[in-house]
Amino acid sequence: MDTASFIFYLLATLLVIASLLVVFLRNVVHCAMALVTALLLIAVMFVTLHAPMLCVLQVMVYAGAIMVLFLFVIMFLNPGALEQQRGLWWGFGTLLAMMLAGVLVPLVATSDLPADPVAATELFGSPEMLAKSLFSDYVLPFEIASVLLLVAIIGAVVLAKREN
Amino acid sequence: MIVDLAIITLKAVLVVAMVLNLAGVLGWIERKGSALIQDRIGANRASIFGFAGLGLVNTLIADPLKFLTKEDFIPPKGDRFLHTLAPCMALFPALVTFAVIPFGDVLNFGERVINLQVASLNIGILYVFAMGSLGVYGIVIGAWASNNKFSMLGGVRGSAQMISYEVAMGLSVIGILMVYGTLELQDIARDQGTLIRDLMPSWLSFLTPIVGWLPAWGIFLQPVAFILFFTAAVAETKRIPFDLPEGESELVAGYHVEYSGGKFLMFFAGEFAEIVTAAGLVTTLFFGGWQVPYLMRDGFHFPWGGTLLLPHLLIVLMQVTAFTVKVVFFCWVQILLRWSVPRFRYDQVMRLGWKMLLPLALLNVAVTAIWIIAAQ
Repeated sequence: MDTASFIFYLLATLLVIASLLVVFLRNVVHCAMALVTALLLIAVMFVTLHAPMLCVLQVMVYAGAIMVLFLFVIMFLNPGALEQQRGLWWGFGTLLAMMLAGVLVPLVATSDLPADPVAATELFGSPEMLAKSLFSDYVLPFEIASVLLLVAIIGAVVLAKREN
Repeated sequence: MIVDLAIITLKAVLVVAMVLNLAGVLGWIERKGSALIQDRIGANRASIFGFAGLGLVNTLIADPLKFLTKEDFIPPKGDRFLHTLAPCMALFPALVTFAVIPFGDVLNFGERVINLQVASLNIGILYVFAMGSLGVYGIVIGAWASNNKFSMLGGVRGSAQMISYEVAMGLSVIGILMVYGTLELQDIARDQGTLIRDLMPSWLSFLTPIVGWLPAWGIFLQPVAFILFFTAAVAETKRIPFDLPEGESELVAGYHVEYSGGKFLMFFAGEFAEIVTAAGLVTTLFFGGWQVPYLMRDGFHFPWGGTLLLPHLLIVLMQVTAFTVKVVFFCWVQILLRWSVPRFRYDQVMRLGWKMLLPLALLNVAVTAIWIIAAQ
């Protein structure tokens, strides 16, 4: 096994362990921290795929912003209250996981992926390439997405104001 | 291969050691400096055979020994694992951020060209913000794992404050990125070696005799961004006037109220390492990084004519020294701030971040964009 695949399998193993911990740990804050670990491991995987920009964005957006918000919600709500309906959630979760597997497994099995990985070019994943696709090739979807986010923010503000 | 690896390792070890050492020295400067500012004698109790060494014995020998030999208390109803992990999560981002900050130009060593920067990333400044955003975990997790209401209040305040000021900090740097056109900190530092007269658009050439001789440092091209960035950086280090997360008079000690011994020392060292990193960033983005004005790769080239050629090693030495002096200066400015101004109220912190820094940063981006288009 060469170094690259060794690192991949090492990361993949850790990633699977971290993801399983998210599901099986009893303490919800521990679960959230396991999820942070999983997200950081994915970020490291992006580095091994020569996409440092994606790695940094993954850390900044998911680990640095979204998960902090998750943690807040978990810490403020009483996590013990969720324990009651565990049986029901297990059934629901299993159903969802099986549906996802039913879609993913045939897709991966039937797709003809290239046997040899394509070497990344120097500019692959660089800020220049990202900016070019965001602001020239896909500028309309990008702007629409930003308007969508703006609507969400304004909606949240309106809802928060009405409480008072 | 082996030599390359050795060089990279050496650079990494050197930078981490420098940051930690400077953090330690800052502990002394903070205590002795505060005594100086408040007209006290300060930090003079511990001595070895009557030698107190201006408080050095106190802060560099007695304090760490005390920290390391104290009982490591973990609240019985707290979370053992996360309580231990939190100080590491607080110290780690502060130490690794310095990896992308260049401390010198290139060092030619025989055939080899050594870039005086640990990691040359084409996304350098984004890496800084990614690591900065991880700093929140140390506080939030430490606060929660302590199972203490004062800790929790401090943790909530700290994370809200850090997230708020990250936004303003990120936006304030956009102006610098637009002016220098790169995310790589070494390139930003290198670009600051040019003179303003080389960047002056033709319709402003009448100003060249007045300001043309200045080096194109960030402070001259983006003065508003400097004020915004420095304010946000001080807020990120959670020190007075932004020390709401600790707030001794309100929250005992905030998020680290349940920490003692070595773990508290890690929070403490993390705070000082953040000061050093903030100073390094301010230096690199706004004060030329390792640049000495008019010092090029072969010697001085003065704008009024005349050159002074110098040997390569001396130039590298001068650059590294210039960087260190600037960093130490901005560390001192931050310590001076801490002992000069009172603490903000919490609503003032939030108002400053969201209603003043953020709109100003957006305005700065817009003005910079108009300027760049007009200067073309």
